[in-house]
Amino acid sequence: MSIDLRFFDLEIVKIAVGLLAAFVFVVFNALILTWAERKVAGHMQLRIGPKEVGPYGLIQPLADALKLLGKEILTPRNVDKPIFYLGPIMIFIPVLVAFVVIPFDSFLQVKDINVGILVILAFSSFTVLAILMAGWGSNNKYSLIGAIRSIAQSVAYEIPLLLSLLAVVMMANSLSLKDVVEAQKGIWFVVLQPVAFVIYFIASVAETNRTPFDLPEAESELVAGYHTEYSGMMFALFFLAEYTNMFIVSAITVTFFLGGYQGPFLPGIVWFLLKSYFLVFVMMWFRWTFPRVRFDQLLNISWKALIPLAFLNLLVTGGLLKL
Amino acid sequence: MTVTPASFIKGTVSLAAGMGVTLKSFFQPVVTSQYPREVLEITPRFRGHIKLLASPENPLENMCIACGICVRNCPSGSIKKVDGEKREGEKRKRVTVYMLDFTTCSQCGICVESCPSKAIGFSGDFNIAGLKREDFYFDLVKEFDKRKKAS
Repeated sequence: MSIDLRFFDLEIVKIAVGLLAAFVFVVFNALILTWAERKVAGHMQLRIGPKEVGPYGLIQPLADALKLLGKEILTPRNVDKPIFYLGPIMIFIPVLVAFVVIPFDSFLQVKDINVGILVILAFSSFTVLAILMAGWGSNNKYSLIGAIRSIAQSVAYEIPLLLSLLAVVMMANSLSLKDVVEAQKGIWFVVLQPVAFVIYFIASVAETNRTPFDLPEAESELVAGYHTEYSGMMFALFFLAEYTNMFIVSAITVTFFLGGYQGPFLPGIVWFLLKSYFLVFVMMWFRWTFPRVRFDQLLNISWKALIPLAFLNLLVTGGLLKL
Repeated sequence: MTVTPASFIKGTVSLAAGMGVTLKSFFQPVVTSQYPREVLEITPRFRGHIKLLASPENPLENMCIACGICVRNCPSGSIKKVDGEKREGEKRKRVTVYMLDFTTCSQCGICVESCPSKAIGFSGDFNIAGLKREDFYFDLVKEFDKRKKAS
């Protein structure tokens, strides 16, 4: 019996297979990144990091995952139950959607949507909603403060993020991620748009709530911010989403500024992953170098520095393109 | 927040300098020792519980003459009992029982300093743990004999 290969040409089947692959990738990515983060942290502090479970501690994240799976999901008294349970699920959905449009290689993309970047940005703003749900639903002051901070931060940093990407979109003349990559055949956009690159990278670190912009979960002030009340697998979903978001913003940076899957000798996917994980490493590097900014500093950086700069960059780009 | 070009440059340079520091330490060798796998050498001045020292002439004998000065000098009363016997044809007494209650010992070292025959010293044994109070009542004579047999 032969399988009818036309079955795989169906759009819905393609997307289903793609999402399944994305889910597998998300889990592996999170497992590797939790291990990598602890290793990087260790070596930057002249320690080794995890080393007992498996060679070089490589099986450590698996042990952690099993522990989280085995834990009871606690529901504190007086939480807003539907919202409390929906929070961690909501934060995970946009993460999966982003993988549909990211071009891992010239042929490895679930679907090339002609408004690709718009899809990613639109869905990633769901994250804010999920964090608010988690913070509000927990009925805990630390969670709520963390959620409110996160929203103020996301609103402030989404603007420079969009504006810096817009400059690249103007140059590539397309919203499709694949076209943006193809437009960088000759020269990477990081050379033509260095200001936009810096703005985007700073804003993306803030968007993923990573240090030095990790005020929503500032552990020294807010216990753990919006995921204070979550335990077991619900906490694991937040964790999974954070590490996947790190990869996604790095992947978008690579796609828009660093030539995507293009590079000599090695296959495209290898280049893409190398570049992406290098940026993830830079984000970890930030985390173990910089102290947390104050909240007024956080908003000042965005509203007084990044946004005017992004507008200026957009204006100059537009002017130069017209000439 | 006022940003001048000078302060902007200064800030950027200091951020880069900080990242340089962490990157340098990232590639430096680790300074921690992996405890159960590798045990560091105990420094000679480490104060563990006290032990009977071997005689420089005859490593199979200790030098304690069971005079009991340590018992009287111990500020915590941790040295409970020191007893000895005088054997035929020997000038000195020999210790037969030396009971130490390590639970109250504060490692002050007065016993070590006041010993007239320099028979007591600190052991480097830090790896002691027990579930009962009695686990820390040591008979130093027995402990000495055990060490003697091991060597």
